[in-house]
Amino acid sequence: MSKPHLELSAIGMEFPTQTGSFCALDNVNLKIAQGEFISLIGHSGCGKSTVLNIVAGLYQASTGAALLDNREVNEPGPERAVVFQNHSLLPWLTAYQNVELAVNQVFTRTMSKTEKKDWIEHNLALVHMTHAVHKRPGELSGGMKQRVGIARALAMQPQVLLMDEPFGALDALTRAHLQDSLMEIQAQLGNTVIMITHDVDEAVLLSDRIVMMTNGPAATVGEILNVDLERPRSRLALADDPIYNRYRSEVLRFLYEKQKKVADITEAKLATVTTKSKRDVA
Amino acid sequence: MTSQAKLNTFSRLKVPLPTLNLAFALALFLPMLGISLFLLLWSATAPRIDTSLGAFPGPGQVFDQAKTLIAEHQQERAKEVGFYQRQSDRNAARLVTDPGYDAKVRPYTGKPTFIDQIGTSLVTVIAGFVLASAIAIPLGIFMGLSQRLNQSLNPIVQILKPVSPLAWLPLVTMVVSAVYVSDDPYFQKSFITSLITVSLCSLWPTLLNTAVGVANIEPDLLNVSKVLRLSTWTHIRKIVLPASIPMMFTGLRLSMGTAWMVLIAAEMLAQNPGLGKFVWDEFQNGSSNSLARIIVAVLTIGFVGYCLDRIMLLIQHRVNWDKNSQVR
Repeated sequence: MSKPHLELSAIGMEFPTQTGSFCALDNVNLKIAQGEFISLIGHSGCGKSTVLNIVAGLYQASTGAALLDNREVNEPGPERAVVFQNHSLLPWLTAYQNVELAVNQVFTRTMSKTEKKDWIEHNLALVHMTHAVHKRPGELSGGMKQRVGIARALAMQPQVLLMDEPFGALDALTRAHLQDSLMEIQAQLGNTVIMITHDVDEAVLLSDRIVMMTNGPAATVGEILNVDLERPRSRLALADDPIYNRYRSEVLRFLYEKQKKVADITEAKLATVTTKSKRDVA
Repeated sequence: MTSQAKLNTFSRLKVPLPTLNLAFALALFLPMLGISLFLLLWSATAPRIDTSLGAFPGPGQVFDQAKTLIAEHQQERAKEVGFYQRQSDRNAARLVTDPGYDAKVRPYTGKPTFIDQIGTSLVTVIAGFVLASAIAIPLGIFMGLSQRLNQSLNPIVQILKPVSPLAWLPLVTMVVSAVYVSDDPYFQKSFITSLITVSLCSLWPTLLNTAVGVANIEPDLLNVSKVLRLSTWTHIRKIVLPASIPMMFTGLRLSMGTAWMVLIAAEMLAQNPGLGKFVWDEFQNGSSNSLARIIVAVLTIGFVGYCLDRIMLLIQHRVNWDKNSQVR
């Protein structure tokens, strides 16, 4: 990896609180190649979302920076599309219109009207939502909403796709469906993906590398696990695969032995972050 | 349902239909009962209250006066038609004898009837409400968007909000007389005065609710807007406006209610033709029918206010994307 596509360089993040500043991240370093699928995993409150928000440009790192193709990221933009945990579709627009908003914004001049229409429909087809194009989010199930959220992000043709626990709010079956869809799409498009997850199976199944984060405060990258499993991956075949299970237990060991959550740390931290919104520490 | 027959037998045996009918009957019967009790109580107490204008009118007298008011309106209309008829006849006759005659059409100047007054009041309240909304919605959006603007304007808003229309009226009257000077005014001064008073008093609920609605847009939706790099104008149009519509309409409905209440008071004092002036005139008139006529006006004011609220509710229901939200 001589020239990383996306580089997190010595990122630190401090949030001001009433009792002084709270150091959420300290010296986070990571190099990501083009087309790589990275999972960020760690306990709640370890700053995974903060990392993602810095890459998205929604937060400014206190120290260090995120570099995309050697250029510093300092504002949000469609080349780093975000799939939010709770879909965040605009409830007054249909699935089509939600994607359209993104397409109109990103391809204002580069696409004709019919090209835009085809592109919107293509992206909705990619996430298997052709049947409900003209429904509003209120009429869609949780999984379908998240599909549209992914279609909206993909339609921006991002260089990096950032996913903040995209399947966290879904039931297990729907989640499995969407994971399969995501693998399919990624195989097809070859996007660079950073995904936050709490789910060990999800991390091993989808990722090329799993970045395990230490507990906060001053969280940083603990270990990085290379997942060397051949693609396309099938969850059924892998269920009994010894290598797969070894990866799985390695992540589990990191989370539950090395980074076991200590109760008093949690409480102390909770006390310092109560003034902040939940998203800051998620 | 897999078995239609089964469903039918069941539905014949213990259908919720009787209970449904009962609920329907109750929904019809209870309001009637309430109204009847009210009328009964009214007719029982009214004759016992002796005023300087005779006994307080009961429902019967009020009903009679309502009929009289409508009859007066029809008479007035007939007179007006007659007036224009006579005028055009006269002009035509004169033109025959004197072809060079420049025929003038003079407007009818009869006194406005009760129905005319309702019309005037409606026009005034709607104009005042539209003016108030035109100020309150944009200002509310900007106050919601900018914490700083909100901080700077909030004290003024909070202090001006509880001011009674009666306190505004003298000021507005003086300012309108001083500023609105024209030889051939398109609007009457009294109309402008009531309109401004109505706006001043009714814009606050819309302003505050819009500001709160805009300030409380889900942070995720704002992040979507940031990621898409929407321009400020697109951001307002595509995200802020639709997201704050439910709160905005809550404010608009409150404003409409306030506007109607304020209008009656303003008309009384500003002598703007309208229901308020009607009430005031009847009060000054002091005939034996005055009280009954005032009660007709009171009931009309209430009914029109109710209708205005229903219309707002209807529009709210149309415009609101969140069909599940509780709208009352």
